[in-house]
Amino acid sequence: MKEHDNSILRLPDQATAQVPKKNFITAEDGLMSWLLTGDHKRIAMLYLFSITFFFFIGGAFAGLIRLELLTPMPDLVASDTYNKLFTMHGVIMVFLFLVPSVPATLGNFLIPIMLGARDLAFPKINLLSWYLYIIGGTLTLTALVLGGVDTGWTFTTPLSTHYLNTHVVTTATAIFIAGFSSIFTGLNFIVTIHRMRCPGMTWFRMPLFVWAHYAASILMVLGTPVLAIAIVLVALERTIGIGVFDPTKGGDPLLFQHLFWFYSHPAVYIMILPGMGVISEVISTFSRKRVFGYTAVAFSSVAIALFGFFVWEHHMFIMGVSNYSALVFSLLTMLVAVPSAIKIFNWAFTLQKGSITFETPMLYAFGFMGLFTIGGLTGVFLGSLGMDIQLTETYFIVAHFHFVMVGGMLMAFLSGVHFWWPKMTGRMYPEALSKLAAVVTFIGFNLTFLPQFILGYLGMPRRYHSYPPEFQILNVMSTAGATVLGIGYLMPVIYLAWSLKYGAVAGDNPWQATGLEWQIQSPPLTENFTEIPIMDHEAYDYEWLEHKTAHEVTTVG
Amino acid sequence: MGISPVLWQFLVKWLNASALFPREASTIAPYMDALYFFLLGMTVTGVILVGAIVTTFSLRYRKSKSPVATQIEGSTLLEATWTIIPLGIFLVAFVWGALLYFRIYTPPINSMNIYIVGKQWMWKAEHPGGQHEINALHVPTGQPIQLTMISQDVFHSFSIPEFRIKREVIPGRYSTVWFQATTPGEYHLFCTQYCGTNHSVMIGTITVLSPSDYKKWTEESTSGMSLAQNGERLFASMGCNACHSGNAAARGPNLAAVYGSKLQLTNGSSVLVNEAYLRDAILNPSQHVTAGYAPIMPTYQGQISEDGLIDIVEYLKTLNTNYRVQQTLTTSQSDQAAPPASGVVKP
Repeated sequence: MKEHDNSILRLPDQATAQVPKKNFITAEDGLMSWLLTGDHKRIAMLYLFSITFFFFIGGAFAGLIRLELLTPMPDLVASDTYNKLFTMHGVIMVFLFLVPSVPATLGNFLIPIMLGARDLAFPKINLLSWYLYIIGGTLTLTALVLGGVDTGWTFTTPLSTHYLNTHVVTTATAIFIAGFSSIFTGLNFIVTIHRMRCPGMTWFRMPLFVWAHYAASILMVLGTPVLAIAIVLVALERTIGIGVFDPTKGGDPLLFQHLFWFYSHPAVYIMILPGMGVISEVISTFSRKRVFGYTAVAFSSVAIALFGFFVWEHHMFIMGVSNYSALVFSLLTMLVAVPSAIKIFNWAFTLQKGSITFETPMLYAFGFMGLFTIGGLTGVFLGSLGMDIQLTETYFIVAHFHFVMVGGMLMAFLSGVHFWWPKMTGRMYPEALSKLAAVVTFIGFNLTFLPQFILGYLGMPRRYHSYPPEFQILNVMSTAGATVLGIGYLMPVIYLAWSLKYGAVAGDNPWQATGLEWQIQSPPLTENFTEIPIMDHEAYDYEWLEHKTAHEVTTVG
Repeated sequence: MGISPVLWQFLVKWLNASALFPREASTIAPYMDALYFFLLGMTVTGVILVGAIVTTFSLRYRKSKSPVATQIEGSTLLEATWTIIPLGIFLVAFVWGALLYFRIYTPPINSMNIYIVGKQWMWKAEHPGGQHEINALHVPTGQPIQLTMISQDVFHSFSIPEFRIKREVIPGRYSTVWFQATTPGEYHLFCTQYCGTNHSVMIGTITVLSPSDYKKWTEESTSGMSLAQNGERLFASMGCNACHSGNAAARGPNLAAVYGSKLQLTNGSSVLVNEAYLRDAILNPSQHVTAGYAPIMPTYQGQISEDGLIDIVEYLKTLNTNYRVQQTLTTSQSDQAAPPASGVVKP
């Protein structure tokens, strides 16, 4: 074993080390052993491949959008095609990538192990979730192949119900089904966290990753059904004209937006909370310290989940809602910003008096902190009633939610994938190349989305196929940034695939992290633990780990 | 210098067109920009603060300098600090934003009203004097203008970035916004709510004129009929005057001076008669039956355009006596031929 001054990485001697012969990947062979598996780790891998597939489809649409916006004139594609591009980009990225990203892959893989359990509470429902996701995804692709859909991912009525002739019902069905995948995942997590913790694993000994998933699961279970209802009403209105949203039949077109945002605002927290869980684990591990203010971070997740349900109307401040209800929702929006600020400062102070190293997951985590701070604070612009009038429905809002979703969530996802890659596959990714990818992503991201804040205040509306020529320079910068960003996202796919065969053998605990998942072999056995562990220490107890390691050394030597 | 001409042109273009903020062309704009700079200051400070903390700690406590970490539980004092200070700042943003919101969405009483009808994919503006414009709007400086807007089909949104105003234009419901332009010139009008295929060409030009130029423009571009006069014509041609004649025995209520009054309905509620009520009562009469009358009025849903409704509403707003209503009625009854479009222009 070798140890550097600037790394905590500790790998077994590569000359003799081998990935354990018996693990969850080698346990069974053949396609059916994967398609009919109940193992949460195998399902997590299925998810990982499927969401990566959809990410690159959604990303390709984003690339085409940016290419079109290189010039002010609508010269690359027709207007209808452009509208389909941003609709499919939104639908795929939100419902088929961001919502399942961390929970269904890393969460699925890690939550049972972190709790000291052999699997999730309902392994078969877990598999069902994946199948529902795949059906939803296939239907989305079907709608795409048949000619696409151009409602925008928000399905605003009466446009979606009465004025468009594209595959709205097919896409709506896809989202409806994918929604149930997310409900079942949430349900599975909640039951597992309540019922399957190992002896000694009290609520306040759980890793913050689990707390974050608990909060996100509550949002999934309570919010997603409302989306399902709204989507069904749109389909019924379109097919048999029930008139709930149709003003000529006495319906209220604004009602749809209330229902839609009642889910879709909490959905933002469904997407970001699991990412926050990843950041807590990574920052703690690479500064060798317990997370500063563990309880504050844990409860801020719950607070976000709670307040997150009561801010939906801030998407509709300019839509003729009552001025006084706008006041209430603006105030609540300000309150929901506070727990996020608490988290950022707690992570920053976790570094204090630590022993910090800068491996790839940590670089992505730093990227997350910077970009999420900008994303969060620009959210305050939009929560501030008067400011919202100028900024809503412009590129400012596009930039804002990409900072939160892509700068925040995607950075956290990549951080987590790199961090747990050795655990999931038993092999290390190439460090230098992945550091380069993290830096390229960060630069590309800022170049893409910072100009969009300026465009937004200048008034460039979102979802515009053509735009006034004075906005071109900022759009050119944005497109240039998107190119860099695209390279940053392609790199990990290539080197992670490479590492599956050629990566260094990782050993059980390359990062010397404290989580239960690091105390078992990599990749884990199908049953995770040979015997159910007993949790006799707090989360992030580095002294316990040191003690344990020292003990092992003496017994072996 | 060996700078390539393409790059050079790009730089020149950049410097010429690199506005970071839109022009301030309304009385609201300076208020909006003040709040914007406050929030921008908050964001820059926040990012620098987080960046500084992370950088400092990263340098001071990197592994080579600090080989062993010191475990720290947390600190209630620090937690309180970074809960209360951000909360305070966010509350300032809340109050400031709320004041601005009420300012933008509360039109002054002396404002001039212009109707806007949005439809896929054009804006129609209707001035009280009967001037119609498409994808254009002429307004004078120094005069508060209220826009009463409605959509004929889907959601649209009326946005003038240089004025810092925007409001959703909703199907089946009037929404309002106001502004007072300060600087003559031409400004962008955008539809900011995605509304279908040609969303990005649902744009127009706002032309701000000095009051004298505006007066000249109104005189040159009048169609000869004010909105109220158009409304009077429609009122007769759609046969409204048969019931709403103002006679004591008439089947419909007397509409003279009804605008602005409080009305008792058969369902027991009382309502203030405004533009929205008048429009709803025409389209959905069974929900709006004045006390003492039978619910016999048919719905006019689908028979009259939003423009026509605006004309009738404007007509009813000016209707103070039933003299001309009855005159028109008598003329049309005595002469069974089609009435000569009762719109003999009011002097």
